[in-house]
Amino acid sequence: MMLNEIVSTAVKKFGVGREQLLPVLQYVVSQEKWLSEDALLGVARAFDMSAAEVYGVASFYSFLDTKPRGDYVIRVCRTVSCDMAGKEAIMEALEKTLHISVGETTADRKFTLLETNCMGWCAEGPAMLVNDYVYTGLTPEKVVDILQGYMAGA
Amino acid sequence: MKTIKVGLGTCGVSAGAQKTYEAIKNEIELQNIQAVLKETGCNGMCYREPLVEVIDEQKNSFVYGEVTPEKAKTIMNSHVLADEPVAEWLVQSTRPSEDDTFFKKQNRIVLRNCGIIDPSSITEYVATGGYEAIQRVLKEYTPERVIDVITRSGLRGRGGGGFLSGVKWKFCRDAAGDKKYIICNADEGDPGAFMDRSTLESDPHSVLEGMMICAYAIGAEEGYIYARAEYPKAVARLKHSIREALAKGFLGKNIFGSPVNFSVKIKEGAGAFVCGEETALIASIEGKRGMPRFRPPFPANKGLWGKPTNINNVETYANVPWIIMNGPEAFAAFGTDNSKGTKVFALAGKIQRGGLAEVPMGITINEIVFDIGGGIKEGKKFKAVQMGGPSGGCIPASMGDLQIDYQQINRTGAIMGSGGLVVMDESTCMVDMAKFFLRFTQDESCGKCTFCRIGTKRMLEVLERITDGNGKEGDIELLRHLAYEIRNNTICGLGQTAPNPVLTTLKYFPEEYEAHIREKRCPAHSCSALLTYSIKADACKGCMACAKACPAEAITGEKKKAHEINTAVCIKCGKCLETCKFNAVIKN
Repeated sequence: MMLNEIVSTAVKKFGVGREQLLPVLQYVVSQEKWLSEDALLGVARAFDMSAAEVYGVASFYSFLDTKPRGDYVIRVCRTVSCDMAGKEAIMEALEKTLHISVGETTADRKFTLLETNCMGWCAEGPAMLVNDYVYTGLTPEKVVDILQGYMAGA
Repeated sequence: MKTIKVGLGTCGVSAGAQKTYEAIKNEIELQNIQAVLKETGCNGMCYREPLVEVIDEQKNSFVYGEVTPEKAKTIMNSHVLADEPVAEWLVQSTRPSEDDTFFKKQNRIVLRNCGIIDPSSITEYVATGGYEAIQRVLKEYTPERVIDVITRSGLRGRGGGGFLSGVKWKFCRDAAGDKKYIICNADEGDPGAFMDRSTLESDPHSVLEGMMICAYAIGAEEGYIYARAEYPKAVARLKHSIREALAKGFLGKNIFGSPVNFSVKIKEGAGAFVCGEETALIASIEGKRGMPRFRPPFPANKGLWGKPTNINNVETYANVPWIIMNGPEAFAAFGTDNSKGTKVFALAGKIQRGGLAEVPMGITINEIVFDIGGGIKEGKKFKAVQMGGPSGGCIPASMGDLQIDYQQINRTGAIMGSGGLVVMDESTCMVDMAKFFLRFTQDESCGKCTFCRIGTKRMLEVLERITDGNGKEGDIELLRHLAYEIRNNTICGLGQTAPNPVLTTLKYFPEEYEAHIREKRCPAHSCSALLTYSIKADACKGCMACAKACPAEAITGEKKKAHEINTAVCIKCGKCLETCKFNAVIKN
């Protein structure tokens, strides 16, 4: 779907009341994985708001990315209980397998590696989110398996 | 006919419960077994997931833990078909089990249905007495009476503030304005807390019913649930439950045939911890940056779109139907003078049994850690427990007999918070721990107040240099000074409480800070910058295993001769220590 179609679908679905700004931005992210300048401008026009204000809202929230993201956004929990459970080794395995550091996207735009604050799987850390899917009780071996699954699948 | 229930909360699914469920389903179809297969939520024993419960013809319950698809097949053949329970995998049944102590001291109000009913079925919720409380209220209670009952129960907001819920409801009821709103705060974000996620995943209708009762009491016709983006399953469950309730006429116009209207909308967060603060949450629902504002006016007078609004969190609402059905006295019978009822605690960190436990207020820390949580992992020593997340503090093991209630916890410098308990053992460095929480608040600060935005950054820098071995005389005083300024010059709870983890660790573990600063030593052997590894020459067999494992090639030595570590090259990864079979590598 083209970007302007995505924005107009979202606007049709939610409307253009101020309250709907977040749902519309969230919808665009669900389709595009991130909010490009064009997307922000399109939303601003639809809501009859300044682009700066739309950007201001988007940049406040860590799940509304304003930088290009891969098809699979990996968010590793960096909070205390996951760290105690061995999060560093998980990070190492991810970085080694994907050949990127945290905050980066692979050259083929398939994976983005991020850290996030507590995700609420504290009793079963280390945990990570791949798009909407949760993985817990991770080990470096498990992580490599999971990545290979995504690499083969898409 | 037997009933088989599989726990399909996020904790179960991520442990592989979906595959277990499929395996059981397969077995039922393949062998044409006469049994009912159901899904359920989480019963709190997250450490034993995937969980499978078999209920036999006599209604006896047998709960199996860590059930892989293979184990599930055995259970189907042996227990379901041949009536021979597989004793070795049982974690709860008519026979005693080592896991029984997990439940012994619990009293379940909020978690009353979790892990028992199928959360995707409104019929099952109704069958356990669900939606009776709201019907009773609509028929027999005036709004004032509802508020009176909740006030008398002593229920306090479970999200962290601990304000009396009945009083809060009354403020909102009495506020001028024809249009009022209620909000359910499901933006649970404290590190170490996950009871709200589990409640929403395992018993969403109890929260909806609590909201209905509150809406009636306050005079609101619209409610919002603000749920965080990191909880996709909880959001899906809620959406489904709202559809079910709408279809039955429990939500919408004239609920349960009464003149009362009530509808609920879900708003999804987008990854901002500060949105758990009520004024920030309201801004976020309104489509703005989620920044807190100064209070007063409180939301009870000026909330969503400037209208009187009541905000409670998930756990608070889930208590409400139970209080109506069982009476405020029954609720107030649990707990202490100032803290009534029960509280759900999330157990995480270095504890044997990670999971959720609901206990009466007034229970001691030791009872939770040892009797329910099974003590510390790997037989290590209990050192401290972090309570209340980044707004809370570390309570040392020496205070383990402390009774948990709002007053007692506040006295320690920690707070009850949302009930996350992160347990630490002797290998946890308290300075590092404080650094962790400060990095969290620093990261999540919205940037509105200077002292929170910059003050936390400066504190974090000081902590970083202390754990890196570059701490200076005067750093402790500087931390205290910054803490004081941040606490007194910020407008919301996030900033005001941000220094707590540092202040409590300074209070109870000053010697650890001093050892880092003066002796460049980490007493817990945790801060890698302050560690050195060496090889005991008399214990080393010269097997070369450590040299091979070393990623930095820092270990030299010939075969069958003692090796040495070149500390200038060593990256302190600890691989040699893990590899050595002769305990020749030592950490200093």
